[in-house]
Amino acid sequence: MSIILSSTILLGTLGLVSAVVLYVIARRFSVQEDPRIDQIVSLLPGANCGGCGYNGCRDFAVACCNSTSLDSMVCPGAGDIAMCKISSIVGLASSTISKRVATLRCNGSIDRRKPVANFDGIVSCRFQNTISGGTLSCVYGCLGCGDCVSVCRWNAISINNLTRLPEINNAACTGCGACSDICPRNLIEITPLKRQSIYVACSNCDKAKEAMSACKSACIGCGKCKRTCTFDAIVIRDNHAWIDQSKCRSCGKCIDVCPTGAIHVSELYSDNQTVTTQR
Amino acid sequence: MKLFSFRKGGIHPPEKKLTAGTAIIEVNLPRQVSVLLSQHIGAPAVPCVAKNDVVTRGQKIAFANGFVSAHIHTPISGKVSSIGKITRPDGTVADAITVTAEDSDHFSDLQMIGDAAPVRTDREIDVLTSHDLIDIIKDAGIVGLGGAAFPTHVKLTPPTGISFDTLIINGAECEPYLTCDDAIMRTQANDIIDGVYYLMKAAGVSRAVIGIENNKPEAIRAISSASHRHDGIEVAVCRTKYPQGSEKQLIKALTGKEIPSGTIPSASGIVVDNVATALAVYHAVKWGIPLIERVITVSGDKLQRPLNARVPVGTLLSQIVELAGGIPDDTGKIVIGGPMMGKAAITLDSPLVKGHSGIVFFDKDEAIRKEPCPCVRCARCVEVCPMGLEPYLLSLCGYHGEKELAVESNISDCIECGSCTWICPSSCPILDNIRLAKSLIKNSKK
Amino acid sequence: MKLTISGSPHIHSGRTTSGDMWRVVIALIPAFIAGLYFFGIGAAIVCATSVATCVLTEYLITRFMLKRPSTIKDGSAVITGILLAMNLPSNIPFWIVIIGAVFSIAIVKMAFGGLGCNIFNPAIAGRVFLLISFPMQMTSWPLPVVNQWNYTDAATGATILSKIKLGEMATEQFDIVSKTLGEAGGSIGEISFAAIIVGFIFLLVTKTIKWYIPVSIVATAAFFSLLVGGNPIIEVMSGGLLLGAVFMATDYVTSPMTKGGMFFYGIMIGLITIIIRHWGVYPEGVSFAILIMNGFTPLINRMFKPTLYGKRRAVGA
Repeated sequence: MSIILSSTILLGTLGLVSAVVLYVIARRFSVQEDPRIDQIVSLLPGANCGGCGYNGCRDFAVACCNSTSLDSMVCPGAGDIAMCKISSIVGLASSTISKRVATLRCNGSIDRRKPVANFDGIVSCRFQNTISGGTLSCVYGCLGCGDCVSVCRWNAISINNLTRLPEINNAACTGCGACSDICPRNLIEITPLKRQSIYVACSNCDKAKEAMSACKSACIGCGKCKRTCTFDAIVIRDNHAWIDQSKCRSCGKCIDVCPTGAIHVSELYSDNQTVTTQR
Repeated sequence: MKLFSFRKGGIHPPEKKLTAGTAIIEVNLPRQVSVLLSQHIGAPAVPCVAKNDVVTRGQKIAFANGFVSAHIHTPISGKVSSIGKITRPDGTVADAITVTAEDSDHFSDLQMIGDAAPVRTDREIDVLTSHDLIDIIKDAGIVGLGGAAFPTHVKLTPPTGISFDTLIINGAECEPYLTCDDAIMRTQANDIIDGVYYLMKAAGVSRAVIGIENNKPEAIRAISSASHRHDGIEVAVCRTKYPQGSEKQLIKALTGKEIPSGTIPSASGIVVDNVATALAVYHAVKWGIPLIERVITVSGDKLQRPLNARVPVGTLLSQIVELAGGIPDDTGKIVIGGPMMGKAAITLDSPLVKGHSGIVFFDKDEAIRKEPCPCVRCARCVEVCPMGLEPYLLSLCGYHGEKELAVESNISDCIECGSCTWICPSSCPILDNIRLAKSLIKNSKK
Repeated sequence: MKLTISGSPHIHSGRTTSGDMWRVVIALIPAFIAGLYFFGIGAAIVCATSVATCVLTEYLITRFMLKRPSTIKDGSAVITGILLAMNLPSNIPFWIVIIGAVFSIAIVKMAFGGLGCNIFNPAIAGRVFLLISFPMQMTSWPLPVVNQWNYTDAATGATILSKIKLGEMATEQFDIVSKTLGEAGGSIGEISFAAIIVGFIFLLVTKTIKWYIPVSIVATAAFFSLLVGGNPIIEVMSGGLLLGAVFMATDYVTSPMTKGGMFFYGIMIGLITIIIRHWGVYPEGVSFAILIMNGFTPLINRMFKPTLYGKRRAVGA
């Protein structure tokens, strides 16, 4: 009996003392945090992609609460609706974004390019690019190892098994730019997405003959598209065309005249999805 | 005899010096050369000739662009037929000047070679100042011929506030298969020693040490007996151990000094040059010939006639390989440089550049690496790392993209010698991952 | 012709992990033969059960749970099996061996991710698991030589260490020659000092292990036993000290990566062994010492970094 009693008293006292200590410490050292931060965090996607320019979602939420204006503070992942809600939480006018997505400036699928070598080593475009010109002809084109796939936090990129090129799912892509940073050949451009975005899917800097021998669907910089464009949106530089998205009206004339089929269209979403970012 | 060696780490792969003891084959002048504008570390040279210009052998066709860069000269006379992109052996493209020779050009070249005479007497050379010599070296477009192709005049220019005390001449040639340095040491020892003497004068030092691995006894003998031509030149016999020929390891072996992490040897008052570079300096100073040719080893177990050849820069590699009996049938991998640090090639229809020291052929079985298995932390990579790093950790950093940890673990000190990957019983691609980590770090700094 | 490209180096030493593992297996053969000679049929049964269970467990787990290619060919499961058996008395019932082997492979090794990922040495952890679960069976040692054809019904006796601990034997009675050859009682593998040394030399000659860990363990154990008033020769030659030092503490996966770390690890194992032997409940402490230091290995790896070329780095940085 005395054993039970003494152990009960001992453990009880121990528990009591610990509780008091914990309580005191919790009160004494508690950190006052802006409750709005948690509210904002709950609106954010939580992928910590860094597309907003801050170190993760919480950092962005803290910055929203502390700043005096929401100009240029945008979470590409959450989109405009979330930014509107955030603006109502912090009581500031939100800046709006047009949706931006990644576009791959290469369309050299496996059947358009020649295989030139086997590769033996780790599967990484970045590594492959440091030791060689890649396993497919065209030293400007996609290496196809999928560094962009593994770096994408939105599961928006996948390697197409037929073309061996990455495919970007515009609905999931937030334009955070992680893939653009990792691509060793700078093939991924973050562009504003319109209902139909037209872009040149090639970055080959060689002259027409070499470009064609490397890839059947390379842009050869012939300038047909530039002459066709009525809005003066197409620039030829480094032997390939580039479309200025701020001038392009998505008329699509250039697509038809391109002799190699290097100009591609990026549709906003498939039909059944709601368009949330258009105003 | 005392054997010099670095202490920490190192491996001893099979030497496979198939071409040891063979003579250097003099390659006929090709009728067409493509001379790359970027054959060195630093900014590519800028062409100073235009298409259809007539050039003569040894003429400067591209100027160094900035301090860390080198001039480019044409090895043959003829007409500039094009200036444009050329595929490098690894598949990347670079700008090159292509010179095509007519028959008359070819014969005048041959005559020029036959009539060659020294442009300076020994007495004239003796009065040259360090500055004059560096200018001659710069003018001749000489770069390090050991592989890295760092412009030699930059190395010989001491950083402000520092004067050089030792010149180290690298004749270690620790890479398996390669014998090009061995070949010139055996056959042109006197010229090399003169070149070393000129380099000593250029660097302003009174002491030079030539490090040669003890698997080249004939070269050691030749260089030792020639070394008495000038004062202050010592020959140090090094243990055959890879990477003895790495700059930092050779300095450690011969002087006992360690170059502080993140600095270059010249900051510690040491200049390291290759024996082939010393030979090029000799030709430039004595004969006025710029760096337009080099000796290259063509080797491989299945190759018909492995050889050392003196080849004009800009010659197609495939032409050199023809001399060695052509590409063996079951070739699976061609390595430009040595098998430990060289680059795998995808084509040989690409011109020789100043930095190419060898072409090594591997058959299909040797070409494929073993399937990697999980790392068992056997610690062999740590043991063999000559820089005292933890390769297994750096490799994990690369695999997981842990850039900060990699930097903390001194990834920047890795010399990419490949000892860790060579020894790894699990065949882990350690160096691949380290290179990936380096590339990621470089990218995030951008 | 399509060539292969890959990063340098383009040659390889030809060493393989499985080669290392099988060399350890070969090095264990002398100790096993000694065990077979002294304990006869029991040693054979325990060893066979243990190895078969380890290999089968690993096969089943990789095949049906992880759905990965089987990894039994690398030989690591065989080593675990042999080492576990080496640490058991030869009269232990086979079902206990099976429990120990399954625990070693399934819990200690595969649950952490398989070869290269385990924190603790599977064989040691298995032995300690059995020692705690079945103290009776684990500490009744059959008398050597006399029991060649008896298995669980073999006559038993105490080991030298437990005799000394209980005060039943004076240290003067210790006979070096018989211990060297293996006539004292004990586990299957620890019986013959000479056989283990033969295995050790084989491992050193084939560059499978480094001498740092075994030598530092044995030296430390000898030194500290002298310090606490024991007989260093007995401490080193009896019990599983040498078996543990040569075959278990040197396990690649669970030992430190640097020379300094290996020495520290060995010294600590030697120290803890002597502490347990002298003041602990158990007569033998090598397994516990190794297990404890296994847990510290990641910390040791952080503390003992190799000396960097061209930079002096403070220890512990």
